[in-house]
Amino acid sequence: MNPNFKREDAGQPPSLHAPYASTVPRSPRQPLVRIPHTLTETTGPSNAWPRLMGGAMADLTTQHKAMPQGQRIIVSGRVLDEDGRPVPNTVMEIWQANAAGRYIHKKDQWDAPLDPNFTGAGRVITDDEGRYQFVSIRPGAYPWGNHHNAWRPAHIHLSLLGPAFATRLVTQMYFPDDPLIEIDPIANAVPLPYRQRLVSRFDIETTKPNWALGYLFDVVLRGRDQTPFEDDHHA
Amino acid sequence: MHDQVNPAPRLDNQDPVLFGQTPSQTVGPFFHYGLPWKGCADLIGDSEIGARPELFPAEHYVLASPTAKGEVAGEPIVIEGAVLDADGKAVSDAMIEIWQADAAGRYVDGSSHSGFIGWGRASTGEDGVYRFVTIRPGRVDDQQAPHIAIGVFGRGVIKRLATRLYFEDDAANAADPILALVPAERRQTLIARKVGQAWRFDIVLQGDRETVFFDI
Ligand SMILES: [Fe+2]
Repeated sequence: MNPNFKREDAGQPPSLHAPYASTVPRSPRQPLVRIPHTLTETTGPSNAWPRLMGGAMADLTTQHKAMPQGQRIIVSGRVLDEDGRPVPNTVMEIWQANAAGRYIHKKDQWDAPLDPNFTGAGRVITDDEGRYQFVSIRPGAYPWGNHHNAWRPAHIHLSLLGPAFATRLVTQMYFPDDPLIEIDPIANAVPLPYRQRLVSRFDIETTKPNWALGYLFDVVLRGRDQTPFEDDHHA
Repeated sequence: MHDQVNPAPRLDNQDPVLFGQTPSQTVGPFFHYGLPWKGCADLIGDSEIGARPELFPAEHYVLASPTAKGEVAGEPIVIEGAVLDADGKAVSDAMIEIWQADAAGRYVDGSSHSGFIGWGRASTGEDGVYRFVTIRPGRVDDQQAPHIAIGVFGRGVIKRLATRLYFEDDAANAADPILALVPAERRQTLIARKVGQAWRFDIVLQGDRETVFFDI
């Protein structure tokens, strides 16, 4: 039998966070129905990602004719489970705005320049120790319509499958020197101190002289749990 | 000469004091060029449903189409439905993911190099409708009725909403241990109905017909 996975920890945000206005009509009001982990929740396409999606695309700066505008960055880290064990051979999908904070998306109508040399989509796979690395440019902050003078902090969207349906995670990585995090309703759906788990760390070791700034960001997925459902249910 | 030392880090997930699950965040409205690859919603063929390439310039459609899928055993089916918000409005920027067993009720994790991989992804259209082409799954672990696990993402959805699709005409539903945990009056929100050639499964995020979502 496949082991179960642990449940959400205290750092996960609620589905309804009214300061992020579009959660109000889009979050359930009925209580979630707690179910045991069956084979359905404890399995996933863990080794099948290249057959599903295609190969890795770890350099977002070399997909077009010339280098994109902006500050070149290296983002590196590990994918771990919450017991600190590496999650090897798992896919991390990446998408982001360009250096001016504009997405290559027709519904992004903000008046900031598009960059023909930057799409902002990539994909990496973790190695045996759960390590990953990708090269990109630092995305810009951008305005949005949530409230008067609302600006999203610079962020990179990350999507991870992990070993099972239960470990699926979509998140956003922020930058350590960004004052907008503190006033962003999406980041603040996560209560402090856990919000800080979303913030990357500048790292001089990862930084390459005369080439790119380095940031470290570890992504932590749910760990294994041997507790039977009934115990966990009555806990 | 300067020492190569890092600035004092703030508390983050590299710090053992804080270390734990990375919190979920919304996919936002602009995921279409970054998540759905070509063919992500067709689990048995090479049609390119599931992506929305009209939302970005062609030269930025960089997500590759993986190799052909080969023969898949089982009954081909179409699953479609609308994602609706509290006001019954179509959610045109949602993304649905599925995970299912093959026709024999086995999950294929990809460690073998053949066979059906029961994982797919589909963006909703302007009408809020998503669509998958797949095969009808078999019974899982001799206890569960045939079902498909579903994850819902979207702008305004801070963390994935998990639900399940069951098939209206399956006698095994009556003894399914997961359906049995759902209050009887809400069970029908998990049942797909055959409408024309497709299995219809609307996902209602809030309101009178709110879909049952699971804590998994
Ligand atoms: Fe974003």
